[in-house]
Amino acid sequence: MDDLPIFLIQTAYFLAAILFILGLKKMGSPATARGGIVWAGVGMMLATIVTFLTPNIGNFGLIITAIMLGGLPAWWFAKRVAMTDMPQMIALYNGMGGGAAAAIAAVELFKGTDHQTLAILGALIGSVSFSGSIIAYAKLKGLMKKSWAFHNQQLVTIALFTTIILLGVAIIMAPSHMVALTFMITVFFILALIFGILMTLPIGGADMPVVISLYNALTGLAVAFEGFVLGNEAMIIAGIVVGSAGTLLTRLMAKAMNRSLMNVLLPSSHEQSHNAIDDTEGSLKPIDAMDAGIMMAYAQQVIIIPGYGMAVAQAQHKIWELTKTLIENKVAVKFAIHPVAGRMPGHMNVLLAEAGVPYDIIYDLDDINEEFEKTDVVLVIGANDVVNPVARTNPESPIYGMPILNADKAKNVLVIKRGEGTGFSGIKNNLFFADNTRMLYGDGQKMAAELLQNIKSL
Amino acid sequence: MEGFTALYIFMLAAFTGYEVIARVPAILHTPLMSGSNFIHGVVLVGAMIALGNADTTLGKIIGFIGVMLATGNAVGGYVVTERMLEMFKSSKGEAK
Repeated sequence: MDDLPIFLIQTAYFLAAILFILGLKKMGSPATARGGIVWAGVGMMLATIVTFLTPNIGNFGLIITAIMLGGLPAWWFAKRVAMTDMPQMIALYNGMGGGAAAAIAAVELFKGTDHQTLAILGALIGSVSFSGSIIAYAKLKGLMKKSWAFHNQQLVTIALFTTIILLGVAIIMAPSHMVALTFMITVFFILALIFGILMTLPIGGADMPVVISLYNALTGLAVAFEGFVLGNEAMIIAGIVVGSAGTLLTRLMAKAMNRSLMNVLLPSSHEQSHNAIDDTEGSLKPIDAMDAGIMMAYAQQVIIIPGYGMAVAQAQHKIWELTKTLIENKVAVKFAIHPVAGRMPGHMNVLLAEAGVPYDIIYDLDDINEEFEKTDVVLVIGANDVVNPVARTNPESPIYGMPILNADKAKNVLVIKRGEGTGFSGIKNNLFFADNTRMLYGDGQKMAAELLQNIKSL
Repeated sequence: MEGFTALYIFMLAAFTGYEVIARVPAILHTPLMSGSNFIHGVVLVGAMIALGNADTTLGKIIGFIGVMLATGNAVGGYVVTERMLEMFKSSKGEAK
């Protein structure tokens, strides 16, 4: 009786597919988002458990051991990672998915499959997503500070890609009993992994969110292709839904940064302009926390612009305390969030939400940009590129054309910053040198605490 | 599943994914990326089948790695997404 398990499996996969789609749909609205992930989770459990019933399947011991070895550390790290480190964790887990898809492709290709073309495609995409995501992880984690490129990198990358495609075609065309086939497949995987690394290395940190989103979509696609190879409907549906949703998400993010995907992926032309730009005038003018506190306490309106620095300093709780004190002093306080502040769209919202900042005082770029002219004090904490006016003024700049928060139009600008370094894009920020800007040097959390103390003592 | 049936599934699923994400506020982009990251963790199912059918040592090793990676994707993706969305809930409560 093989029919019953197959019927059970098909039913479970069907339900899982529905739960994935409904779950994703629910995640698209703040009110239902939490239920969404639970629904998708139930779908995943269902699909996983029922897979053990697959006819002719063996190696149960190995499967369960692998699930333990993969699942427990992933669970442990995901529970413990700080909210600030979320983007790189997403990159890492996404890379694992890509790697798994590539592994399936490898098993099927070495064994011989009827769907070689799809298997090869999934192998390529999965491998690129795997090695690319790991580089993205390393970059966001700060293990790899600089975007790294060598002479003629683009040519090498294109040549490599061509080689991979040709090799892929050769594998598909080759007779299945050919001795060299195993060797060719191995080389194919190695080249695909190298391609993923070469593709990601030159991309600057500011573009990482777009890249992670792209790899997320690619992993989805790879999963779908391997789903076709295995004839597994749950993988096909989930993979393609994620592939298309991820592609749309990638486009939305790229649009928020005013970058085309091509711009992000082929960034080498920036290399020369990086050093050329230094049209800053004036000097950096420090201020102490006392004066800055007075300035804020007697302002009518204060706009706070958080960036990645706030995340690193874990300053969101202190900032919210500071905000509450200011509001008690009858100062209107608003938060301005750039679409790509932090390392990912919505990253700052997540952190502010964690601290308890209510939604209605957090504004998007479009909603608040007109207000800066009427604002007395702008407090920039750990943001850099997203308030750099050269994006408006200097066509030579690598960030030219990116919509920015017009902090420079406010009457006074306070910048909390650890040192005099540049932002992730590596360029100088003219805002910091402007006449109405004062620098508060120090750790974001400590500075916020000092400001808070000084305002309270007034 | 062959040819056009596969193409139809591909097309319909692609539209579904697009429609589900369209018109979502920017603040949910990160949780959504994380959530969709979890959903492609269903690759675990495929990795289990690949390992379950593997009979060579090489196949078992690669399949084993595949299942490990896929479980990491699914479990990690779930926990990260859940933690992120958890905070959205509490902040909404306070905002009221």
